Amino acid sequence: MTIKKIFIAASLALSVAAAAYAEEQKAPAAGAAPAMSAPAAQGAPAATAAAPAPNAAASVATPAPATPAPAKKELKTNRTITIGMFLVIIAITMGVVVWAAKQTKTASDFYAAGGGITGTQNGWAIAGDYMSAASFLGISGLISLYGYDGFMYSVGWLVAYITVLLIVAEPCRNAGKYTLGDILSFRTSPKPVRAFAAISTVAVSTFYLTAQMVGAGKLMALLIGIPYKLSIIGVGVLMVGYVVFGGMVATTWVQIIKAGLLMAGAFLLSFLVMIKAGFNPIGFFSTIVGSPEIQDHVSKLVLKDGVILSGMDAGQRFLEPGLYLKNPLDQISLGMALVLGTAGMPHILMRFFTVPTAQAARKSVIIAMFIIGGFYILTTLLGFGAAIHLTPQGITSVDPGGNMATLMLAQQMGADIAPIVGDLFLAFLCAVAFATILAVVSGLVLAASAAIAHDIYVNVIKDGHADQHEQVFAARITSFVVGACGIMIGLAAEKQNVAHLVALAFAVAASGNLPVVILSLFWRKFNTAGVISGLLVGTIASISLVMVSPNMTYPKVVAEGAKKVIVAMEKKQAALPAGQSLSEKDAKALAKAKVDAQQTGTSMVGLEKPLFTLKNPGLISIPLGFMAAILGALAFPSRRSEDMFDEVYVRQNTGLGMAKAVEH
Amino acid sequence: MAERQYDWKAIAKNPKFVELHHKKTAFLFGWWIFSCVYYFLLPIGAAYTPGLFKVKIIGVVNFGYIFALSQFFVSWGIALYYSHVANKDFDRLTRELIDELHL
Repeated sequence: MTIKKIFIAASLALSVAAAAYAEEQKAPAAGAAPAMSAPAAQGAPAATAAAPAPNAAASVATPAPATPAPAKKELKTNRTITIGMFLVIIAITMGVVVWAAKQTKTASDFYAAGGGITGTQNGWAIAGDYMSAASFLGISGLISLYGYDGFMYSVGWLVAYITVLLIVAEPCRNAGKYTLGDILSFRTSPKPVRAFAAISTVAVSTFYLTAQMVGAGKLMALLIGIPYKLSIIGVGVLMVGYVVFGGMVATTWVQIIKAGLLMAGAFLLSFLVMIKAGFNPIGFFSTIVGSPEIQDHVSKLVLKDGVILSGMDAGQRFLEPGLYLKNPLDQISLGMALVLGTAGMPHILMRFFTVPTAQAARKSVIIAMFIIGGFYILTTLLGFGAAIHLTPQGITSVDPGGNMATLMLAQQMGADIAPIVGDLFLAFLCAVAFATILAVVSGLVLAASAAIAHDIYVNVIKDGHADQHEQVFAARITSFVVGACGIMIGLAAEKQNVAHLVALAFAVAASGNLPVVILSLFWRKFNTAGVISGLLVGTIASISLVMVSPNMTYPKVVAEGAKKVIVAMEKKQAALPAGQSLSEKDAKALAKAKVDAQQTGTSMVGLEKPLFTLKNPGLISIPLGFMAAILGALAFPSRRSEDMFDEVYVRQNTGLGMAKAVEH
Repeated sequence: MAERQYDWKAIAKNPKFVELHHKKTAFLFGWWIFSCVYYFLLPIGAAYTPGLFKVKIIGVVNFGYIFALSQFFVSWGIALYYSHVANKDFDRLTRELIDELHL
């Protein structure tokens, strides 16, 4: 028990030091908070799917959030109630951690909850692990501003689970133990394979974690006015606490609680929206088409593409594709990354080791699919409901990315009953967003630390010779360090654009991890060389394609766009009757464009313009990953790997020999 | 724990296992490919057949909306069908195989 004391002391020291650090930074951070561009980070998938290449013409239409416009409204939360709800969530989850810590004695307890999670529980936990604040707030925001495209965007996140269900869930349960490395090293040279698998797991988890942490910090700042740095540290300390003390048991229950809260919130809010629509879905859609505000919003959107629409035609256009997702190839590329990447996500794969049998794994995916799919369908109601009741103009005046739409809707729907109900409902949804962040980041930290502690430390460094006590100790230390690194990265990345990191995480999982998992499980000739070349090529291809893609900032491209804006604004000025000047918004855009036009230099990797025109690399990197894995295996055939295929294949199909995996 | 030794090669050649393997492979990859094709019809259709997506079906609700919504039900349908077949056929074959091997 001395270890536990050391940990408690260390966590306390970390939080005190962190709080002191944050206190120091408070003044500037607090000043910067309201002006930040939370939309970009929080609506992570939203921004990653954005179609138009960075050109300043677009930034004229969507007012730049950099300077707080005078018309900018804020979402007013009742701080007392909101913080109260946050404290309730923290108290409940801490209770779970104390309870879970008592049961966490072996490595299997720590990484896989001793295989003692039921199918139903695991289904809720998968849903809780998967649905991030970006899906919760970002997708409904997209629907509220762009209608159909937001809905279409959400589909891929559910369809992805067909791959998980049919291809990976049961074989992984039968053939694996705690990590991706376990599955891949079965009939290959364990050390190099585990090392590469761990690197890829850590890379995927870090990309995803960074996006989540930065989003969390900005969201907390926006919701309850806690400074960015303090939010990151608060979320980080809780996340480290859950994982270090409670391991997989606590992480699972935090995810289950979060999924329950999220579904309850979404149901309640959709119910209120449907009451207003008289439970008539067709009438609901007619209201959208007939809304003068939505019509006006759409005609402005299509005007950018040189199309003139008004009245009911514009309203109808809101229910048709193409307002937001304008590059079909990018869409297909993102779709591939989702459909194949979800099944290669280490924190999702890891969930299948927590159930006792393949049947339970199957059941858990099916339950997760109903929760996730149901949630996205409710999201449609919330997004369209927000468009009707708050109007797109009202939503963008609070946040140009639309990320506050659901929360604003909750406040308004509640306030229509009684003002205090509005505050309570808003506070509840803020608390759900908070629980969402905690659940997702904890899962990621656990996956990354399992890869480092179990694959690298226990199996590569210690040759698999470590007793239970040492394994759990290593796992806890690693989780602590991984969590601390997550906090540092979150603090350092405040000003970075992290929106593309979610898509990058899925692309790496789809191009690096999934091909080697599938080939390991289903192809006799697959071997060590194949695993390593597949992981390396898939990962490197995804990362490098993103580095040369339009996701990066290209100063010369920005300057060129700015010059166009200047020309357009000057024309507008000339067209105005004498004596009148540009509106405040236009004048600001002009001033900003004049500054931007001076930009020169190259992107991070020294390019003047993107080499690769898609924001999502999957279309190219996934085939590359598969090809590299296949060619690598064919180039360096291995008799032993081929001979052992029967064992892997029988095991993954029948679950024979699995007792070893569970009890080991 | 002393691990039980299995003759994996012999099991892999067992007719029951071969039957299980054939049925599973055909089912899993078949339905997986179907779901992928059905899903990618959505972004491809939205981009290249906008006319079709605009056709109103019920009131103002158009084909595109119904098609996107159908993705959810098709995914759930595949999941439930798989669960049904797996519980009925695959699990039964697996049990019979294990019984036959006297494990």
